[in-house]
Amino acid sequence: MPPDNIPQADIRGWNYLALSNDDPRKIIAVALILCLVCAVLVSAAAVLLKPLQDRNQALAIKRQIISVAGLAAPGADTEQLFRERISMHIVELDSGAYVDGIDPQRFDARAAARDPANSRQLSRDTDIAGIKRRARHAPVYLVQENGRLATIILPVHGYGLWSTMYGFLALAADARTITGITFYEHAETPGLGDAIVDPDWQAGFRDKLAFDDEGMPRITVIKGRVNPGSMEARYQVDGISGATLTSNGVARLLRFWLGNLGFGPYLEQLRATGGTS
Amino acid sequence: MKQEDRQILFEPVIDNNPITLQVLGVCSALAVTVKLAPSLIMCVALTFVITCASAAVSLIRHHIPTNIRIIVQITIIASLVIVVDQVLKAFAWEISKQLSVFVGLIITNCIVLGRAEAFALHNPVRESVLDALGHAMGYSLILILVATLRELFGSGTLLGFQVLPLVRDGGWYEPNGLMLLAPSAFFIIGLLIWAFRSWKPAQVEEAEYRIHGVQGTEPR
Repeated sequence: MPPDNIPQADIRGWNYLALSNDDPRKIIAVALILCLVCAVLVSAAAVLLKPLQDRNQALAIKRQIISVAGLAAPGADTEQLFRERISMHIVELDSGAYVDGIDPQRFDARAAARDPANSRQLSRDTDIAGIKRRARHAPVYLVQENGRLATIILPVHGYGLWSTMYGFLALAADARTITGITFYEHAETPGLGDAIVDPDWQAGFRDKLAFDDEGMPRITVIKGRVNPGSMEARYQVDGISGATLTSNGVARLLRFWLGNLGFGPYLEQLRATGGTS
Repeated sequence: MKQEDRQILFEPVIDNNPITLQVLGVCSALAVTVKLAPSLIMCVALTFVITCASAAVSLIRHHIPTNIRIIVQITIIASLVIVVDQVLKAFAWEISKQLSVFVGLIITNCIVLGRAEAFALHNPVRESVLDALGHAMGYSLILILVATLRELFGSGTLLGFQVLPLVRDGGWYEPNGLMLLAPSAFFIIGLLIWAFRSWKPAQVEEAEYRIHGVQGTEPR
């Protein structure tokens, strides 16, 4: 048991560990040493394993892009599939034009959105997705089928109930019909809002129209179930019960990224050129 | 192995099981047992954390001031859990996504702190490690049992391999949807507790209160 029986007079110098366990100096010394050792352990693990974790994260995102493009095949090598089937381009959002000067492999969208030189502050009434700043450029992922554009995959993000939700929206070559949606990062309520990653709920977006006939973003997530007989049904997706604010967040982020401040100008050009560019 | 060591190691597996007898760590047993693979990873993670935590606490037990002993133990456990979480994210990304917050919640798993506080704080390193391993085995046994039942009857698979052919795919087995939900783990753990206590009546607890008649009103 603890060496409580050491007389205080025997303690000389800085040997705090020899003090009684109830001595305040010993308590502070033990706490400090413990914190130091634990901090070294934790930071060493975090720093040493960071490169591997980043690689896993990048791979997981590629897997998401492949699955939202409908290219997922069991047993296929993600890296190879991505290299062969998907081409990455950088788009200047305001003009909707492709930019050649930026390497899409190295483009970091989140860093760009933080950089004042490469992003813009969104005013409160235009920032419906709750993202505060929007980068000047954004990547798009294109899938070609027999030499023709087949699928356009757009990165989207916006605020739900608790967190910023990051995902991808896939549009058919008409730049209007949704073919898929997926989310790869969020912190919505487990069991309720996290249904945004549920493939069954995501399937509800398939074949819905993102834009109306005038080219305005119309896609929305409604409360409750979509009435298939309604005229609006082609723009509507079932809400998640118990997660109305998350559902609203998804609807708003989609309308933001499809709108003029998002990929609107780019998609408009694609529609004008018939998807041949 | 000495008789006492064997007792320290194996007693928590059946006779003093942390889940069925001490009824600790039930939260994670409900949450991660939908599939067998994440449960196995959870068992490995918990075994590592509880063994290292007990060893570390036991190693410095003479120098832990009583006033801050819980903080000291939690700091050690939390550091180990963060390390495990980082390792999983580096080497088992998919499973770490499935386990999500539950690896982090090993910090609050009462079994880990319970063994540090009740055993490692007062016993030498060797015995503390054996005790921790024993409790990890007891926890793992129940987790694996529950996960096997839930995955088999909930999805018709084991470790992802189809065992019972599903009606959906032209087989004969209609999966039991309840097994995919957390309450089914409650039922299974409840049934396991019942089975254990029928097999080993010594585990049956004394009832805290018995309904009894008031004197003079008993039926004659």
